[in-house]
Amino acid sequence: MGRYRNVTILAAAIFLQFLGLAIQIKRSTENESSRLIRVWAVSVVTPFEKGIIRVQGGASGIWHNYFYLRGVRQENRELRDQIEQLRLEQVRLKQDAEQARRLQALLGFKEQFIGKTTAAQVIGSSGSEQSRLVYIDKGSDDGIKNEMAVITADGVVGKVLNVVDGSTSQVLLINDQQSGVGAILEQSRLQGVLKGKASGEVIIDKIMSDEEVKFGDRVLTSGGDRIFPKGLPVGTVAKVSKGPEFLQITVKPAAVLSHLEEVLVITKKAEHEESVSSGASVRAADILAQRLPSVPDKPQPVSPAPTVTGSQVKPQTASPLQSGTTGPVPPPKTQASATGTSVQPKPQLNPTGMPVKAQVPTATMAGPAKPTVVTSQESKPAAAKPSAPPVSKPAGNATQAPSNAPPDTSGDTPQ
Amino acid sequence: MTYTSREQIEVYRFSLPVAILVPLLAIFLQAFIPHVLPFFSTYFDLPLLVTIFFAMARRNPVTGLLTGAAIGLAQDALGSHPIGVYGIAKTFVGYGASSLGVKLDVESVGTRLLVTTGFYVVHQVLYFLVARGMVRLDLRWSWPHELGAALANAVLGVFLFALMDRLKQRA
Repeated sequence: MGRYRNVTILAAAIFLQFLGLAIQIKRSTENESSRLIRVWAVSVVTPFEKGIIRVQGGASGIWHNYFYLRGVRQENRELRDQIEQLRLEQVRLKQDAEQARRLQALLGFKEQFIGKTTAAQVIGSSGSEQSRLVYIDKGSDDGIKNEMAVITADGVVGKVLNVVDGSTSQVLLINDQQSGVGAILEQSRLQGVLKGKASGEVIIDKIMSDEEVKFGDRVLTSGGDRIFPKGLPVGTVAKVSKGPEFLQITVKPAAVLSHLEEVLVITKKAEHEESVSSGASVRAADILAQRLPSVPDKPQPVSPAPTVTGSQVKPQTASPLQSGTTGPVPPPKTQASATGTSVQPKPQLNPTGMPVKAQVPTATMAGPAKPTVVTSQESKPAAAKPSAPPVSKPAGNATQAPSNAPPDTSGDTPQ
Repeated sequence: MTYTSREQIEVYRFSLPVAILVPLLAIFLQAFIPHVLPFFSTYFDLPLLVTIFFAMARRNPVTGLLTGAAIGLAQDALGSHPIGVYGIAKTFVGYGASSLGVKLDVESVGTRLLVTTGFYVVHQVLYFLVARGMVRLDLRWSWPHELGAALANAVLGVFLFALMDRLKQRA
């Protein structure tokens, strides 16, 4: 027996590990069955990682904040210019968002916003190319829970797989084989499941071979997985090849998954259904008036128009419904639907009959999870470009077209 | 590579802090370095090199396989897959390396280069078989990649082993 002692011990060690593996695979909640071992291992390794990251961060801070300040003035100037551009863009987006919100209210559309995020530092990885996960320095003490979405400013990173302790969590990256993200292609609106491959590539599965997918199309979260809010950038289509049943779509992730440093964990998702009554200044009748086709505005006489007061955005009372007429409704030129809707707010007129610049809506969108509502290209206001002056101008400025509605001469209204 | 009789073989041991801290350091570095150098985990396996080193130096198959199992299981625990895949692979490697250490002089650079290359391939084959056969991971085998990585580990191993030789104590 002594002769086979070593081999017997080897066989026993291997057998036990196979048994443990089989048990973990059999149980659906395999993470729970091996949780203790994982917590021990992580608790031993992560304190060193956190220490190094802190020292590294401190040294980097000293360097960047005190020594490496060359070119800061120039950079500051460029950033100020960029802020100006972004402000202009923001005004336009706010108007779009307000429009989308009104439509969602009408459709009873439930949407998710990013309610609250927690910033976290990536402190390490699994160390294996087969298991693509990272560790972050936030845990249960910071309100982190399993299945929370993790993002960066660039796009989706992954989800919290396991909260190890009060200050450490495991994040499963979107390029891991076990991951799965509900994704939608921005242009074609095709939905599929985004997952990782053994090679680290990210692919979209479950899109039929007869569909057409364009190279470079942006991939967004669809919200179908109930983890990621809808509309977060995931990446772009890098390669498309046809399989027997489904397309093989390779996606280039928007976030740089191999160089993650800081990430945001979405700790709270605000899900609500827009209600028409929630818009204090927008009445249902106004919304319907905007949606329904209306009689084209006649050129106003020079005499003062008594119905217009102040700078409140109000559609012209030109629709059959609002004016109380019951006659036949002329066919609309623009159609409203869930995905392609154009609402054309009527320009407000000043007492001289010229359009007045609309007041910028004060609606706020929480976080980047802006709902994706596609507005048809031809119905997009021509004046709503970033270059258009955004905010309040004197109401009597007759030369300025409204920022969110072109004059009626655009020909969009039914004739 | 020279065939050595049992009498010529020197058996080494390690102090308890070294026996615990060196494998832990290897696991820590394996998890931390990819944060700075993302390609590191694609090519290098520091815990495997430490397993081979300890197994060959101790020349005791039981100690070797237990060291391999412990290191492998700890490595598994840091990942997301079921625990045991690295454990099984490193148990075999620990046993094989210590058994080989009994029969061969594994102190020379050439021997270490060859042995490390060989055991890396064995480790990857075992990992591939278990991960694919039991855990159902979608893995692809690539000889060029595995041989390149084996060579890279062997070169790193030569330097690492020379460094760790200073920690050895005659039994």
